[in-house]
Amino acid sequence: MSRLERHAPAFVASALLVTMPWWLQAAGGYTELASRIVILGLAAMGLNFLLGFTGVLSFGHAAYFGLGGYGVAMTLRYLVPSSAVAILVGVLAGTVAAAIIGALIVKLRGVYFAMVTIAFGQVFYFVAFRWNRVTGGDDGLTGWARLPVGVGPLTLDLRGSDLAFYYFVLALLGLSAAAMGLLLRSPFGRTLLAIRENERRARFLGIPVERHIWLSFVVSALFASLAGALFALLNNFIDPRALRWDQSGNFVIMAVLGGMRSFWGPLVGAGVFVLLQDLISTRTQSWMSFVGAFFVLVVLFFPRGVLGFVRRRPAS
Amino acid sequence: MAQLVLFDAFNGLVVGAFYALMALGLSLILNLSGVINFAHGGFLAVAAYLAYTLIPRLGFWGGLVVAPLLTAGLGLLVERFLIRRLYGRDPLYSLLLTFGLAYVFEDGTRVLWGAQALPYPVPPSLSTPVSATLFFLTGYRVFMVLLVAAAVTALFLVLARTRLGIRIRAGTQDLETVSVLGINVRVLRNLNFGLGVYLAGLAGVLAAGMLGLEPTIGSSLIMPSFVAIIVGGLGSLPGTLLGGLLIGVASGVTTVFFPSATEAVIYVMMAAVLLVRPHGLLGDAARIR
Amino acid sequence: MAHHPRIPKLTRRALMKAAAAAAAWQLAPRGLTRALAAEPVRVGFDDTLTGTYAANGQNTLVGCQLAVEQINASGGLLGRPVELVVEDSTSGDAGTAVQKARKLIDRDHVSFLIGNVNSALSLAIGQVTNEKGIVHVVPGGHTDAITGSSCHWNVFRVCNTTQMEAAAVASELIKIGKRWYYITPDYAFGHTLQDGLQKEAQKLGGVTAGADLTPLGTTDYSSYLIKAQAANPEVILFLVQGADMINALKQAVQFGLEKRFHLAGSQQELEALEGLPPEARVGTWVFEWYWKQPDVPHLAEFVATIRKKTGKVPTARTWQGFASVWSCALAARAAKSLEGVQVAKAMEGLKLPPEVGLMPDPPFYRPGDHQLMPTLYVGQAQATGSDPEDLFHVARYLKGPEIAASVEQTGCKLTWPHA
Repeated sequence: MSRLERHAPAFVASALLVTMPWWLQAAGGYTELASRIVILGLAAMGLNFLLGFTGVLSFGHAAYFGLGGYGVAMTLRYLVPSSAVAILVGVLAGTVAAAIIGALIVKLRGVYFAMVTIAFGQVFYFVAFRWNRVTGGDDGLTGWARLPVGVGPLTLDLRGSDLAFYYFVLALLGLSAAAMGLLLRSPFGRTLLAIRENERRARFLGIPVERHIWLSFVVSALFASLAGALFALLNNFIDPRALRWDQSGNFVIMAVLGGMRSFWGPLVGAGVFVLLQDLISTRTQSWMSFVGAFFVLVVLFFPRGVLGFVRRRPAS
Repeated sequence: MAQLVLFDAFNGLVVGAFYALMALGLSLILNLSGVINFAHGGFLAVAAYLAYTLIPRLGFWGGLVVAPLLTAGLGLLVERFLIRRLYGRDPLYSLLLTFGLAYVFEDGTRVLWGAQALPYPVPPSLSTPVSATLFFLTGYRVFMVLLVAAAVTALFLVLARTRLGIRIRAGTQDLETVSVLGINVRVLRNLNFGLGVYLAGLAGVLAAGMLGLEPTIGSSLIMPSFVAIIVGGLGSLPGTLLGGLLIGVASGVTTVFFPSATEAVIYVMMAAVLLVRPHGLLGDAARIR
Repeated sequence: MAHHPRIPKLTRRALMKAAAAAAAWQLAPRGLTRALAAEPVRVGFDDTLTGTYAANGQNTLVGCQLAVEQINASGGLLGRPVELVVEDSTSGDAGTAVQKARKLIDRDHVSFLIGNVNSALSLAIGQVTNEKGIVHVVPGGHTDAITGSSCHWNVFRVCNTTQMEAAAVASELIKIGKRWYYITPDYAFGHTLQDGLQKEAQKLGGVTAGADLTPLGTTDYSSYLIKAQAANPEVILFLVQGADMINALKQAVQFGLEKRFHLAGSQQELEALEGLPPEARVGTWVFEWYWKQPDVPHLAEFVATIRKKTGKVPTARTWQGFASVWSCALAARAAKSLEGVQVAKAMEGLKLPPEVGLMPDPPFYRPGDHQLMPTLYVGQAQATGSDPEDLFHVARYLKGPEIAASVEQTGCKLTWPHA
């Protein structure tokens, strides 16, 4: 396969993403929506590192997403008025939490693993909800906002300009995608694929399966928490909903909808999902029925997702 | 203080019995079919609303009998036409499907019955406390515990003595062999799902008597069921029963000492159990894979 | 990745097609109206239409819709028709509430924003409207901060602060008993309400027998009620709201507690009373507005109109939505402009006329903090009254300005943008 063909997906993706604010507005969207798509897409891609490429289902990734968000909010509110530091704190919080929890649950598999991730997700939701003094509880954490990021003479006014924020977020997505791509192409990534395909065989080959799954879990949580950090910056707000199991479910559906087996799939899934939800909820109060029915239809008829569906055609 | 603790513990058992009922339905479905039924809360809500609608015609007791059966029927249809297609596949899909269904149920009840909470009538005979000192034991709660006890006993009898029950148990251990033995696994899964949903429906009708009846009634109850299953033991029904009772009592007693930790304690228990015994208290170690 | 299949042109085309379809869907209805009629003035509605607070949000919407109809029937706003653009903020997802606020402002170009029932969402949305300079009326978020420590020049609030609600009911409750036990929802609203009540109680010689913070969404209150009973208070105050209120009261009455203690609280709503079985409709409470007020002009028509539309009487939420939208129109008419700062300045001190105020005294927006000064209604819940929906007996009318804390006490410092 020629180099051009190999990199074509990345080119297409980049072109679309860089110009998104404009074609999205034409489609009835707005810049902030584009930022939302990119951020949730990042979270879904992070989840997919575990789900699509390692074959392990976590239904509690909102926990790390939310921790990223709370890390940012609490840093900006209580500690240091710096967006960059806030993002670092958020990512650290999510990643460390995942490292601890991952270690606890790595022995489980299948539905049980999923159940336990749900339950742990709830623990964090619960802590955010109850630890009012610090997290603001159900009211969420307000009273802070994203601050301009700067390196020397170059400052990006994140607060004033929606567009500037969008490109900031896009840049981080690009870096994350590059990192994920590199990881997946590395021996580590290959091993994850092997585990996905046949865990028992991988184990017989002497691969330390639990350790790999744990690492994959932590890596995916890292990107999810980065997304969460950006999500908090997007809204200038964070609240326990970001940690709830329905948020986790949304990430999973994005990955499935876009195509779990494809690298950019979750981002496409995020785009479709966010747009659809935005458009439908404007039209009708019963958007929940539509979204729920949508989940059902995707699962029944479209399980390979958009990119998976599209990819089958050249093969057949 | 001692009396307070005792009261709270006792009351916790009552609440725990309720959690156990919900969790048992969820556990049944999980053990045989490997499906995490996120829509369990939704079925609960549907049953509660159906009962509310039937009560003017059939009375409280009629509603109690008929609504869970109707909901079980709905469960059979859902399994037959939606969930059945997903058995061969990754458990992810059934999870997402039931997740979507949960949304549909919540919105559906809101569209059909409105967002406004509805006053569910409880017969006056059940509305009063058993005694002045044991004031928290209302007739309704005592009735609920008895009903749960009866339902659980019936469930275990069905599983132990009837053909269906034995097949379900066998299927939980090894579905492939059961199928090879000539048993119609499809029908088995279908009936099992219906049975699980019946328990959810029963829980729903009972809940409506104690809680406000509004569209989100189901989603508020689903998490304790999950925890009950994890604590009690994956794959074990007695474990689920135990888990439900334990979390009920733990919550109740915690209220006395750390009122704000009432809900947190069940998650702490869950984390502790996972650390020490990942397959739960009565769970089957082989099942966690 | 395992393999790199070619991405056929199909993907790009498919995406383009989808985008085009979405664009067509979005632009079609609006594009047509734009071509035909005068450009309408848009009022954005970003409130809870699904989830826990759905009933409250929907009632607020009904009130807003009626106001829009009436404004258009009376000549529109500055010669243009008014259009309500409705978005569901969901009951708790601030991300969605903020996103919808941005959508309403950036894409739909609303001149005013109404929202939210949920205090936290109101604050979050307030940050967005402040950033964009859009006048924002909060119909139903009660936390003090909205017109207190987090006040903004563009934010106005119709419903009461928790301080006002506490002050209103305290003097009534102290007559019943001095020992109070609080069952408080664990979030800002609950905390400030309990603080307010405890302060008032102390002034009047009351004592706290105990208090429990209950998580939002608690379904079973039995353990808290057992504790309350053991503390032997004279009054048990239920500060929980919505579904929590229904659960708590229902269980309290099942335990027979209303026979031994006085059940009461502060804020109470018709939505909650309607969800309770008749025997549980007990206690002393504060309402923010009630549909039965003798001698208030125009009220009967308002009630009749709403009853015809929805089959039910208007609740406080309905009135709050109604008053919110009308406030925007009245201020804009007075300012003869839709520009944010001018409308906001006109809204300061704005007195609601009788057809909108629907209270014994005309409510007005206090200039220092933009808080509406209404009447508060203290009374008892009742299983039923002369009308099956008459579930509250108003014992006393209290004047907002007399019981509200001063502007300095609220901590609000308004800063206006430079001209």
